[in-house]
Amino acid sequence: MAYFLQQLINGITLGATYGLIAIGYTMVYGIIGMINFAHGDIYMIGAFISLVGFMLLAAFGITSVPLAFFLVLVFAMFFTGVYGWTVERIAYRPLRRAPRLAPLISAIGVSIVLQNFVQLSQGARVKPLQPMVHGSFQVYNDGAFQVTISYLQIMIIALTMALMVAFTLVIRYTSLGRAQRAAAQDMTMASLLGVNVDRTISITFVIGAMLAAVAGLMVTLYYGVIDFYIGFIVGIKAFTAAVLGGIGSLPGAMLGGMLIGLIEAFWSGYFSIEYKDVAAFSILVFVLIFRPTGLLGRPEIEKV
Amino acid sequence: MALHTTRPDVPALLRDAGLAGFVAALLAFPLLGFELNASAQGITLNYRLLWIVYAAAIVFAGRLGISLALFYLAPQIASLIPKSGGLFARLSPHATRYSVGVIMIVLALALPWAGADRNLVDKATLILIYIMLGWGLNIVVGLAGLLDLGYVAFYAVGAYSYAILSTTFGLSFWICLPLAGLLAGAFGIALGFPVLRLRGDYLAIVTLGFGEIIREIIINWQVVTGGPNGIGGIARPSFFGLEMLPVATEGHTTFSDFFNIPFSPDQRVIFLYYLILMLALATNFFTLRIRQLPIGRAWEALREDEIACRSLGLNPTMVKLSAFAIGATFAGFAGSFFAARQNFISPESFTFIESAIILAIVVLGGMGSQIGIVLAAILLVGLPEWFRDLAEFRMVAFGAAMVLIMIWRPQGLLSHREPTLRLGSGGSP
Repeated sequence: MAYFLQQLINGITLGATYGLIAIGYTMVYGIIGMINFAHGDIYMIGAFISLVGFMLLAAFGITSVPLAFFLVLVFAMFFTGVYGWTVERIAYRPLRRAPRLAPLISAIGVSIVLQNFVQLSQGARVKPLQPMVHGSFQVYNDGAFQVTISYLQIMIIALTMALMVAFTLVIRYTSLGRAQRAAAQDMTMASLLGVNVDRTISITFVIGAMLAAVAGLMVTLYYGVIDFYIGFIVGIKAFTAAVLGGIGSLPGAMLGGMLIGLIEAFWSGYFSIEYKDVAAFSILVFVLIFRPTGLLGRPEIEKV
Repeated sequence: MALHTTRPDVPALLRDAGLAGFVAALLAFPLLGFELNASAQGITLNYRLLWIVYAAAIVFAGRLGISLALFYLAPQIASLIPKSGGLFARLSPHATRYSVGVIMIVLALALPWAGADRNLVDKATLILIYIMLGWGLNIVVGLAGLLDLGYVAFYAVGAYSYAILSTTFGLSFWICLPLAGLLAGAFGIALGFPVLRLRGDYLAIVTLGFGEIIREIIINWQVVTGGPNGIGGIARPSFFGLEMLPVATEGHTTFSDFFNIPFSPDQRVIFLYYLILMLALATNFFTLRIRQLPIGRAWEALREDEIACRSLGLNPTMVKLSAFAIGATFAGFAGSFFAARQNFISPESFTFIESAIILAIVVLGGMGSQIGIVLAAILLVGLPEWFRDLAEFRMVAFGAAMVLIMIWRPQGLLSHREPTLRLGSGGSP
């Protein structure tokens, strides 16, 4: 029971980061119908920028952890957002009317460029970070096993929830959200009705990149090590999460992220750590076979 | 550039280039301006703020230069490009393409004798592996229109089938080659059956997942696959029972002894080159012929309109499954050749990037175009091989080239989706 609870807490923490990244996939897919393959690498860039931010603050002598955390959050979100914007502008916008596969190939190209750019500019070595947030609660103790939830885990889950709520409100109530939903339904019609579709798509990419940066920051703090290759497998899992939840659906992305995180945590907790990715993908396959639109997705009607 | 005036609007161009330079500076600031220096003691920050200035200056100058060049050269460029069909329109008539194909085959056959050194033949062999994989994947992606991001899984199945059968049971390459193809094809059916009813993008991600699953199994199932250490000492293929070795093993004859010529390692390199050339050409021939058969027609019809096909009584799952399985079979053949050539295989050869390269070859070549795939393979695999020394720069350039070629020709180098069958006699493509 105690062990189960601990895995549950770990899984939710992990799932929160997957969910944040999955939102980037699901939003972009919802609007322009492409798999933004480079999104995982944007997350990796976010992690690196966060680490640079922490080192810079340390160099300036800022030691207050909440302040440093807040400043790095802003720093990482801003610069990762610039990366997201640039990628869309250079690699995807010229291909908006191209055959379906062209943007995907372009995205794979971007992913290769970003990975190798970071490897070149920052070196291939694994980058460690000293743990910054210490301390934890003891939630439950059955004598043999202590269930703890660290302050960092609380922070990750709380921040993710806050972002999710804020984001859902933005989509539902602001003019930007309306423009996004309109562009997702019909790009041509939206632009005829005065929605600046190009700008809406740009903003979508920037928001996706910013959320990925938050995930990158949290993972940097949580695991304490990053390298240039982390984006690939996390990117695939986050995409899996987006599909699992029903691509195009924001709550679905979060739900999918949580499920993937939980599956991974329980699988490595109870079975073997080696095959944890296999578990995540197998679940994806089963969901797609029995419910191809994902858990919360709407069925897509094929038109002749 | 419709309103072409004689003088460029310099302030606007400068503003544009300035903006590009500013964005470059922003991009460069966190990742080029500082270097995270990891050591045993922890991590330190190196300052290289000058790099930000360099990056901004290069992008500014580059953007300005491209704008000016486009401004002055646009009329000339526009006149160079033919009205329709693109740069390679002249290749599209069937007869021309046929003769280009024949010329290419003759060149490929002559390559080892035309003064090419061993290194070049070796590189050509590598390119041919990718051409064969490209042709195999083309059946799945180009003809049947199924986006497969995990093609390398079947390549791995083929390679490991040969490696395991050869090292454990001592079976020869020529027995294992069909077995490897069959096994890979069986994997294709097993993996394809549950997922082929999915829509395109879902299929892509599921196949990608399968690619990773197979790799993870290879890494973790140490008893059979050797885990991360791979399998070594895989037997080389023989030439009709004649071994390509300096000294014959028990009960065999070597190639050089049989023909009474001195042994040279070149013989083996050239033999492997011709072997993969034959395998690749067999793939090509198979594709060209099967496009004329009902099943090939069904693939292309299904790619164009699934609902129409279903209305006409085709079973989409069976049609897709056959394409998937046949594509996988060819990957299996290529894989067992790869294992035989390398003598050693490990999971590192079967990463996602390989799938991406093969898919890029098919798409860059212009889906469905057999000659386009050859060109794309030479471009994507051949060129980088010559710049091996610049390892990471090479990969950055590779990725950038993928993006640029897609922007330049989104439909691929040799693009034209020509129906195999045409009603009536008239009408040009």
